[in-house]
Amino acid sequence: MLAEKSKPQPITADDGVNAGSRHPRLSLVPAKLESRQWAHHGFPQVQKVLRERFCHQQLPEEPEGVEAQHKHLLELLKRTAIHGESNSLLIVGPRGAGKTMLLKCVLRDLLQDKEVQKNLLQVHLNGLLQTDDRIALKEITRQLHLENAVGDKVFGSFAENLAFLLEALKKGDRSSSRPVLFVLDEFDLFAHHKNQTLLYNLFDVSQSAQTPIAVVGVTCRLDVLELLEKRVKSRFSHRQIHLLSSLTVTQYLRLVGTQLSLPDEFPDAKFAQEWNSSIETLCADKSVEEVLQRHFNASKDFRSMHMLLMLCLSRVSVAKPVIQPADLQEASRLCLADAKANMLHGLSILELCLIIAMKHLNDVYEGEPFNLQMVHNEFKKFLQRKSNSMYNFNQPVVRKAFEHLQQLELIRPVEGSSAKTQSEYQLMRLMLDHSQIMEALQKYPQCPTDVKQWAMSAFG
Amino acid sequence: MTTLLQHPGYEEGRLQKVAELLPCREVQAGMLLSLMGEPQQYSYPSIFIYGHRASGKSHVMHVLLKELELPHATVSCVECVSVVLLFEHVLRSFFGSDAASLLPCSPSLSDFVRVYRQQCSQSPAKETRYIVMEKAELLRDTDANVLPALLRLQELVEDNVTVILLSEIVWDKFRPNTGCFEPLVLNFPDYSKGELQQILSRDRHPSYSAEFYSSYINILLGVFYSVCRDLRELRHLAALNFSKFCEPVEEGKVKETDTHKLWRNIEPHLKKAMQTVYLREVSSLQWEQMQQMEEKETGILRGLSAHTHVELPYYSKFLLIAAYLASYNPARTDKRFFLKHHGKIRKTNFLKKNEKTSNHLLGPKPFPLDRLLAIFYSVVDSRVAPTASIFSQISSLVTLQLLAQVSHDDQLDAPKYKCAVSMDFICAISRTVNFDIVKYLYDFL
Ligand SMILES: Nc1ncnc2c1ncn2[C@@H]1O[C@H](COP(=O)(O)OP(=O)(O)OP(=O)(O)O)[C@@H](O)[C@H]1O
Ligand SMILES: Nc1ncnc2c1ncn2[C@@H]1O[C@H](COP(=O)(O)OP(=O)(O)O)[C@@H](O)[C@H]1O
Ligand SMILES: [Mg+2]
Ligand SMILES: [Mg+2]
Repeated sequence: MLAEKSKPQPITADDGVNAGSRHPRLSLVPAKLESRQWAHHGFPQVQKVLRERFCHQQLPEEPEGVEAQHKHLLELLKRTAIHGESNSLLIVGPRGAGKTMLLKCVLRDLLQDKEVQKNLLQVHLNGLLQTDDRIALKEITRQLHLENAVGDKVFGSFAENLAFLLEALKKGDRSSSRPVLFVLDEFDLFAHHKNQTLLYNLFDVSQSAQTPIAVVGVTCRLDVLELLEKRVKSRFSHRQIHLLSSLTVTQYLRLVGTQLSLPDEFPDAKFAQEWNSSIETLCADKSVEEVLQRHFNASKDFRSMHMLLMLCLSRVSVAKPVIQPADLQEASRLCLADAKANMLHGLSILELCLIIAMKHLNDVYEGEPFNLQMVHNEFKKFLQRKSNSMYNFNQPVVRKAFEHLQQLELIRPVEGSSAKTQSEYQLMRLMLDHSQIMEALQKYPQCPTDVKQWAMSAFG
Repeated sequence: MTTLLQHPGYEEGRLQKVAELLPCREVQAGMLLSLMGEPQQYSYPSIFIYGHRASGKSHVMHVLLKELELPHATVSCVECVSVVLLFEHVLRSFFGSDAASLLPCSPSLSDFVRVYRQQCSQSPAKETRYIVMEKAELLRDTDANVLPALLRLQELVEDNVTVILLSEIVWDKFRPNTGCFEPLVLNFPDYSKGELQQILSRDRHPSYSAEFYSSYINILLGVFYSVCRDLRELRHLAALNFSKFCEPVEEGKVKETDTHKLWRNIEPHLKKAMQTVYLREVSSLQWEQMQQMEEKETGILRGLSAHTHVELPYYSKFLLIAAYLASYNPARTDKRFFLKHHGKIRKTNFLKKNEKTSNHLLGPKPFPLDRLLAIFYSVVDSRVAPTASIFSQISSLVTLQLLAQVSHDDQLDAPKYKCAVSMDFICAISRTVNFDIVKYLYDFL
């Protein structure tokens, strides 16, 4: 969807639309740094500007590569906000693809219109917060400032309550109704509410001509319609806006450059210029290209790109006010680190031996679950072949090690095995595969040779 | 050290103090500080830190937030049994106790976010606010929306807030089915043996030289490092056994520098400690008392360490033995073991094709009551008490959890049992009634 024509668009440091992004002034730079010219303004500023972009999800001046969706959504919302038509639609796309951002950008542009600003009412709900329809209704009432109007009235049904709210909005100086925009982020979660009452009623109102409302659902579930009950689904307009990235590698690389660049409005123009040209050099580097290619293959959404770039940015300091290829490599290494391997590295030698015993059991019994007794037995077989007894631990010590592995969720009890079983007979599965174990063994600090050989041998 | 000291926005003196308090964690603390950025700048919405127990996750966070005086709330997911406590604690820490009282009773996440936003619009963050969640893996057991909401709390409350999750479980085991806001994941690597030595040596006793204490730690690690790398646990063990280590020096028998003699004196003692203190079978206090008693009479340890001191009635012991036999022997071998005047039958006669593993590896099998009684009557030689009392003894064995009743809902009339004691335990019991149980076990034929 990324339009070829869109050229790198600098992003302003402070667009002032997002209320949350309003920011206190920067504190004074420590006095001892003042001697260094470039650090004086540049360094804290570059951190500030880029952090807002990567950490605070600041709205871009113009979203990249979603012009069509932006236009479509703006049109639809205008019809409600200006012409009083009701509507319903879904914005669907993977996590971090920019659904929320798109909606916010469109709202920002929509509210440029003075008339809209005065008229349009907004209700923002989130499936993570309004976990049932009672809570949702309370929140709707509050966001429409109708708590007083409702007072302690008792309503017979949800529909009646909602109708009352919408009716109450009509009263006042205007004879016609004010349009209401309902945004339901994490829309799929609302489908789990009892009887889907809220969804049913909102869609129902959006179909009847009483009050102009627009219902915008935002979700990452492509199969979201299948979650809707028939009577709910039939009231939905079936309009969907998809945000599926069709970015190519070249576009991705260029985007990284744009995202790292400082805007023209940057207070220290000279610094910005130097910074931006250093970014250009960075992006031209072969090793950087390789790293980014690898990331692109794993995920090409903005959010994971931002995380990678944030890690790079954290390596920029007063002493080193540039990003170097090595920084990107290090950031990428952090992103791609195998967490389980890190945990295996810190196991005690006893715990590592138990893992090896489990691996052998898995090999012999073709992945059948095992219990502590079997593992200990396998371990003992290994010890018997050795002359010295440095690993002669008694059963309770071995059990404690085994339980620690379970706590770390490196092994997991087989589902359905009863809680009444004694712990040493509780059937378990190993949550590691062969290659992970062998790799861990290679990296294990001062791993005794005999243990290594035991792990390598075909049979326990 | 140098990495820790160059962070604009923080006072150098404070950073110095932080560096002193965090030996062997300079890299991690430096990394965190550069991610956090200057106090008034934004930080990443959520950071997930994982690493082994006692790898300093809580310690580093605590020192950083405290010494640098950053606004924060530290929440232990163990203590916050309900999310209400979490909400109250966060609001109280950031906005004072009045804010917490604005929550309605049994508040939802929606209420929390509403109150937070309302408070935050009155007192916006001048510096990044931090919420630290200890033992974050427990969040997976609360309502499904809590974890994903915390991960994107910054977006939900529109405040300069960062949530830091600490856990010993890897992030992959947290991710909900439909995904969530991915936190920035950081690892705290385990301390190497050398680092443990360095950290533990700092606790030295003022009346002894640094070398002396350091050689003690070296010996301690020699014994425990292969089973335990938990700094907290090692520190505990070090404190507990130090007086024993000093004894020969105090008595003037050995010089402080004679490491070999000191080692010979303490090593057996530490090995004993591994069997008891490390396994929490005795409390530290008991251990200290035992040490004193040991001077007078040796061998008291054995009695205390296992749970063999459970005193059972005579017949109950036989019932338990019978239950053990019924659990671990195949039913078809009962005749061979318990019928008087059976001919000599070798194990091969019983062997079935698929029996590759011993029953002692697979665990006890359930058995019906009549089988238990049959074995019981054949192993008890003398005349047996009336059956009614046998039944009550069985139920008290169940209460003591030495026997487990395996309930099948569809077979209420025919309960089945499993023996729930270990081999060591049953051998000890058998010895007290002069019964050689090993002879009757199929696995040991
Ligand atoms: N086309 C784009 N141009 C510029 N920035 C973008 C674009 N798309 C996404 N972003 C940035 O990526 C980040 C993630 O976007 P956003 O929060 O909207 O994702 P989302 O689709 O709502 O994810 P989730 O399903 O997890 O809510 C934001 O910081 C946003 O500004
Ligand atoms: N680098 C260190 N220097 C000094 N003490 C440490 C260090 N790391 C951990 N500790 C101490 O070890 C104990 C366990 O550390 P903690 O931070 O609670 O571990 P975690 O949270 O990773 O389980 C604490 O008492 C802490 O003070
Ligand atoms: Mg979103
Ligand atoms: Mg901790």
